Amino acid sequence: MDDLLREFVTETNESLDVVDVELVRFEQEPSNAKILDHIFRLVHTIKGTCGFLNLPRLEALAHAAETVMGKFRSGATPSTQAVSLILATIDRIKDILAALERERREPDGDDADLITSLVTVLDTIDGQPAAPTASVADYAIGTLVPQVLERPLRPGEVSLDELERVFQETPVDPILARAHATPVKEKEDDGVRPGVQSLRVPLETLEQLMTTVSELVLTRNQLLEIVRRQEDSEFKVPLQRLSNVTAQLQEGVMKTRMQPIGNAWQKLPRIVRDLSAELGKQIDLEMHGAETELDRQVLDLIKDPLTHMVRNSADHGLETPAERRAAGKPEHGLIRLSAYQEGGQIVIEIADDGRGLNTERIKAKAVSQGLASAAEVGKLSETQIHKFIFAPGFSTATEVTSVSGRGVGMDVVGNNIDQIGGTIDVRSIAGEGVSFIIKIPLTLAIVSALIVEAGGERFAIPQLSVSELVKLRSDGEQRIEYIKDTAVLRLRDRLLPVAKLTTLLGLDTSGALNSGFIVVIEFDSQCFGIVVDSVFHTEEVVVKPMSSKLRNIAMFSGNTILGDGAVIMIIDPNGVVQSIGATVATQLAAAAVAAKDQPSTAAQAATSLLLFRAGSSQQKAVPLSLITRLEEIDTQTIELSNGRHMVQYRGHLMPLVGLDNSVRVKGEGTQPLLVFSDGSRSMALLVDEIVDIVEEHLDIEPASASPGVLGSAIIKGQATEIIDVGHFVPEAFADWFRGAGRPASAAKPSVLLVDDSPFYRNMLMPVLQAAGYEVTAVARATEALDLIDKGRTFNAVVTDIEMPEMDGFAFAEHLRADERTAALPVVALSAVVTADFVERGRVAGFDDYVAKFDRPGLIAALKEQIGMSAAA
Amino acid sequence: MTASYDEQSMSEYVTATVAGQRFGLPIGRVQDVFVPERLTRVPLAAPEVAGLLNSRGRIVTLIDVRRRLAFGENSRAEQPMAIGVEARGESYGLLVDAVGEVLKLDDRNIDVNPVNLDPRLADVSVGIHRLDEQLLLLIDVDRLLGLAEKAAA
Repeated sequence: MDDLLREFVTETNESLDVVDVELVRFEQEPSNAKILDHIFRLVHTIKGTCGFLNLPRLEALAHAAETVMGKFRSGATPSTQAVSLILATIDRIKDILAALERERREPDGDDADLITSLVTVLDTIDGQPAAPTASVADYAIGTLVPQVLERPLRPGEVSLDELERVFQETPVDPILARAHATPVKEKEDDGVRPGVQSLRVPLETLEQLMTTVSELVLTRNQLLEIVRRQEDSEFKVPLQRLSNVTAQLQEGVMKTRMQPIGNAWQKLPRIVRDLSAELGKQIDLEMHGAETELDRQVLDLIKDPLTHMVRNSADHGLETPAERRAAGKPEHGLIRLSAYQEGGQIVIEIADDGRGLNTERIKAKAVSQGLASAAEVGKLSETQIHKFIFAPGFSTATEVTSVSGRGVGMDVVGNNIDQIGGTIDVRSIAGEGVSFIIKIPLTLAIVSALIVEAGGERFAIPQLSVSELVKLRSDGEQRIEYIKDTAVLRLRDRLLPVAKLTTLLGLDTSGALNSGFIVVIEFDSQCFGIVVDSVFHTEEVVVKPMSSKLRNIAMFSGNTILGDGAVIMIIDPNGVVQSIGATVATQLAAAAVAAKDQPSTAAQAATSLLLFRAGSSQQKAVPLSLITRLEEIDTQTIELSNGRHMVQYRGHLMPLVGLDNSVRVKGEGTQPLLVFSDGSRSMALLVDEIVDIVEEHLDIEPASASPGVLGSAIIKGQATEIIDVGHFVPEAFADWFRGAGRPASAAKPSVLLVDDSPFYRNMLMPVLQAAGYEVTAVARATEALDLIDKGRTFNAVVTDIEMPEMDGFAFAEHLRADERTAALPVVALSAVVTADFVERGRVAGFDDYVAKFDRPGLIAALKEQIGMSAAA
Repeated sequence: MTASYDEQSMSEYVTATVAGQRFGLPIGRVQDVFVPERLTRVPLAAPEVAGLLNSRGRIVTLIDVRRRLAFGENSRAEQPMAIGVEARGESYGLLVDAVGEVLKLDDRNIDVNPVNLDPRLADVSVGIHRLDEQLLLLIDVDRLLGLAEKAAA
């Protein structure tokens, strides 16, 4: 009996949710008989089962509601009052069900009030005066023994025969049964299709399965870690299979946890309907993408915030019909919910076409609450001001309404979304409406994380928020600079606030910011850098909730066990954003002394390399510092234009180049790319697989005949081809150089390389090293002159022509004017090689002139010049 | 009958020593006793959180009882031990200097905390057992973990 009862409660609850939604639809479309039949059938089933299980209160209520609906079916116009009453009845049934679930018996109580009202409504419909009290008593069944079949029909009741007939006649519409909450969406792809069997599985079973799979993933990771350290292990192949099977299993189990977001939206039509009535506003609710699937754990957590936001939109966002008319808008306000998947995230938008956020009021409130000073607020953009609504305790509604002014504000919503590692953004246009954009991870359980080290401890950073890695160098471009005490990094066209992870975590306060890596994090439309000592690999980690003793630490979102068995904390980018603002200003004062640019002698330093595979199975590498980003794109987005493969990337078309000159695009799925940028230009190299990031002393052995390969080096015990990115640039665009110049760098063993473009510096350095030169690179001609002033000597100088401050011509003139360097061979590099330029260069004092892409030419020229100067 | 009465009034305690003081934990709450290894520090955590470790696939939060009860850092054991307990579905380890034997003691010999007991100890103690050689402070695990208040709330 217990099982039966539980089943009944579950099923009835589901049915009632459907009834809720359908009734609201019915009210809007009173002529739609299908909807009504559907509701009627559901309520009748509930009633019947109640009778069978001996639940007199439920039965009486269901019966009374059914009777009224029977009238609608026979053509009576549903009044708002009647629908409201039925909805109230359904609420009561739900209450009783909840109690039933708790106590395993129907709670005591009396429903005469509702039943009386229902009977009154019934009589109104019938055009008769309210029935005598006797009939009410008849209905107040609280104590009546159910006699479903053996009694005369009550007023308004439908005979069983008629019901049977109705059932027979009603076309079964399974799509409707499922699509109830989602009137807008396409109706073909869900619902219970005939032939698709489904099975109810207790939640705990799935949770248990998920935990087991999580453990399996961890164990798999451990095995992979062990095998990685062994050469030619016989386990490699079976482990690879195990790994694949585990991944499939993981995916399968994840799928069982997925639920359409429509489940979380199910109650909204009812809520919006009730709100319209309460607020005297006309509100349309549109729902798109209800079939978008989410992990049920995530779904549970966003259900309440979503409801809250819809309430907010209805209450604060939308204007009254009068106001809307005055503003020239349709009287009906619109709230639109949409959900879709984008990458590994689900995006949910809640938009209204109301009055928009009141920027001035938010400003005033932010100032009065001490969130910012009046002066600060004045400098903020509208978007930044709007973000204040997520601050704790912030609510702009001046009067507390019963709808949304219950002390929970957007801060609570923001908090809930943070908890699941999501972000929320707000866009508002005055007079046109507000939209909230929520981005949440597909699943909480397993994330891909970058493992880093700082202060002797390892930490995991969710890959989703990492946009790139920058190797810190004390020379040239990639170094920390200070604005007073605030550390920043020049990253292409923007200044990036940076902070040491150790400082953020309170592990130390000292130490210069001149080594290690910067993990560039993009989160919540903010971008910042965290300095870490080293970067290991990425790993799929199973996020485990933190102990309640640690949950107060905003910097961490969870913890996990790595492949090697160690426990590691997972950094919460959101917590970092919160604290970086506070910390950056204060803690970095001590570090300000550090990081004056010592041009590095690149030869000794270890180079970070990205290992990947493309084409052949041989491991390939490219210096990490050359790479702007690692991307994975959907192959569907690759376009063929003018015989070249292109992809839209950050608003531009980016050419794609393959290693063996012919682009080989994967047939389907995702395509990993290495993106190289210089200024606003980008190109991408197609690769098959990104293997690892390692830091190695780069000892390139030249001797490579194949184009695009600088040479080979032994990396992690494997012969690895070092890819010459420069080779691929002309393939991507012939006109790479027409952009504005940038600072340069020089070569050390005996070559000073001056180029303003870090890209070319980085590209040429290995080329020259491979050719047997020691290279010192600087970004500016003035830096080069400084070095020479300090007494450094070089066998040759290679310089760019177009550079800021001092161009190549002026630089050459300076060198020639100085007696120490008057005879120093100077080779000019330029994209433009015209007779004019060459002549001008000769006059300025260049010994040779080489086109930037002509690397063999450069090597030849250097050889010749150094040979000549040695002979002289 | 007397025997069974006695049986009912007997409780078993796992005993442990921290800074010379003996403590008793109800045996029903103790999962295991282990040597803490490969501890991961947790920056920004409360001082009594010694770190996290992996115990057979579960993440265990190690609580330094010495710091929790403000015993000071003197005479720390060279090889501290951890007593594994579970509280509200989470795994904890209590870091102590040494783990002693399991004692079966008569509940009727439990005294209430003396009024002048250090409030930090009184907070976590449910009474004092008068052993022949020493006093045994009986510990409430939830209160020691600082979870009791929240559970009540």
